[in-house]
Amino acid sequence: MYRISLDSIDNLFAAISAVEKLYIPADREDGQSYFTEWKEGVKLSDNLNTFRSAKGLFFPQVQDLVSFRTEGKKIEVIDTRKETEDFVVFGVRACDAASFGILDRVFLSDPVDSYYKTNRDHGTVMTLACNRPDETCFCTSFGIDPSDPAGDISCWKDKENLYLKSLTEKGEKLVYALKDLLTECDENAADTVKAEVKAVMNELPLSNLKPDDFTGEQLSVFNSEKWKELYRSCIGCGTCTFVCPTCQCYDIKDFNTGKGIERFRCWDSCMYSDFTMMASGTPRLTQLERFRQRFMHKLVYFPMNNDGVYGCVGCGRCLRKCPVSMNIVKVMKSLGGDAK
Amino acid sequence: MINDTLIPSVAVVTDIRTDTPDVKTFRVVTQDGKKPFDHKPGQCAMLSIPGVGEAMFSITSSPTVKEYLEFSIKKCGCLTSWLHMIEPGQEICIRGPYGNSFPVDTDFVDKDLLFVAGGIGLAPLRSVINYCRANRENYRHIDVVYGARSMDDLVDYQEIISEWQKEEDMNVYLTIDRPQEGWNGHVGFVPNYVTELGFDKTRTVIICGPPIMIKFTLAGLTTLGFEKSQIYTTMEMRMKCGVGKCGRCNIGNKYVCHDGPVFRLDQLSELPDEY
Repeated sequence: MYRISLDSIDNLFAAISAVEKLYIPADREDGQSYFTEWKEGVKLSDNLNTFRSAKGLFFPQVQDLVSFRTEGKKIEVIDTRKETEDFVVFGVRACDAASFGILDRVFLSDPVDSYYKTNRDHGTVMTLACNRPDETCFCTSFGIDPSDPAGDISCWKDKENLYLKSLTEKGEKLVYALKDLLTECDENAADTVKAEVKAVMNELPLSNLKPDDFTGEQLSVFNSEKWKELYRSCIGCGTCTFVCPTCQCYDIKDFNTGKGIERFRCWDSCMYSDFTMMASGTPRLTQLERFRQRFMHKLVYFPMNNDGVYGCVGCGRCLRKCPVSMNIVKVMKSLGGDAK
Repeated sequence: MINDTLIPSVAVVTDIRTDTPDVKTFRVVTQDGKKPFDHKPGQCAMLSIPGVGEAMFSITSSPTVKEYLEFSIKKCGCLTSWLHMIEPGQEICIRGPYGNSFPVDTDFVDKDLLFVAGGIGLAPLRSVINYCRANRENYRHIDVVYGARSMDDLVDYQEIISEWQKEEDMNVYLTIDRPQEGWNGHVGFVPNYVTELGFDKTRTVIICGPPIMIKFTLAGLTTLGFEKSQIYTTMEMRMKCGVGKCGRCNIGNKYVCHDGPVFRLDQLSELPDEY
């Protein structure tokens, strides 16, 4: 384990960004933090978490796939992909770090999504343990420890120092490159911070939330009468899916640039009415079916297909951002009993 | 060139056959005149016209045809309307094959097969029927019950008349919804016709057609004593990726593009009723 004084943290960022592009959580004028490319003057945010997760660095909101040039009856497929640069993302919380593992299960399973894989291969993740999880946090429900985040390098912060510990080869390489700035320290140096976080976590209102209550037959959960009440407030805005670190549904569309046709993919949401719309109609006619799909996917279908791993990391963004205060916690609490 | 399943190859439409007023069958080869890829009966492919759209279509030609792929496509949306306007020589984009297939080399072997199709529902079954005809010794008796709104709406009518009806140990029962001048065959809906014909319950059933046809045919088959485990169907959903990642074609925890499109009815009945 290594440490660096917080007074020198900008030197650390400067050293990283001298080698690779660096993204850190930084506050904008709205007071919320966003992963921002570091340059002189960009300050590390004190906020608990970013508005959006870091998933966009690996699975961008909009990404070009391929171009076409058409002339008469002829079509040419053009590779427009540019070389991907290595980058480092600093300050990823434990919940978001766990979400990468969930996205990996989708995009790196056969057949591998090469666009996502390229970004994963080029990215180094420096996680940062939470100091004060808040009342919308429930990562521990999914077995995530906010005091001990995974990643290529795990970091902890107390009032004076930032502690770093590399967990992977990629992390090792980066720490080696930064070694002139870092001081080696005792393996237990961050234990006090860890203990403090755990104590906070235990006091939080959602600390006893358990997804296990949900592990029922998919038909019994699907057919629960409770969906008919739960979905009512949902206005289908899709905010929950866009701020969600694990939502990975996407659309593929063509855009005529005037010089050719660009095929791109972009985030999509199962909460939208045209998500499953075909010429012959849609199997999810009302918001009830769309609302149910999102939660069934995260809490039932995904674990069924992925060794029991849930499609939620308890980051709490949907709790904070839903305009009608509907969220996955309410769904879990309401349906938990039914699934048994 | 990028190697990713989302990136299509260019193919050429060499022949377009008008089957019915709203169904055309497109023959597709690579730019150097070869079959784009091998497939299994029941599998699908993504076809696209850049700038118009991309969608999943069942491959209607049999895997035993080694020269080309064929797609029977009903004009019903944006991309299909565009496809109905193209002429031979037009290039399109193709990627695949996707999905599972009918168990022609396992569960169907040495079985009496009953195919039930309605309208464009024949398209995915034609691949299976012609595969079974090409490997005739592996299967016992073959029955096909096929219906459409009118005789003009029967897809592959010429092939049915000139080949299927002449095949030994294979019966083809055609029906149309309403009486029509020039039609001497059966008149009536497919479900009723299947019940009238009263097939014995040892047959393996393969069914595809409009949901309402499937629903009533299944009710009839149940009355005749058929079990869900003997009945196969192929599903349709909106798809974008074709490989179980874009998240829109699932029925419960199964992705139609990846785990389907072929489902046995007992498997399907364990999934939420959302299709």
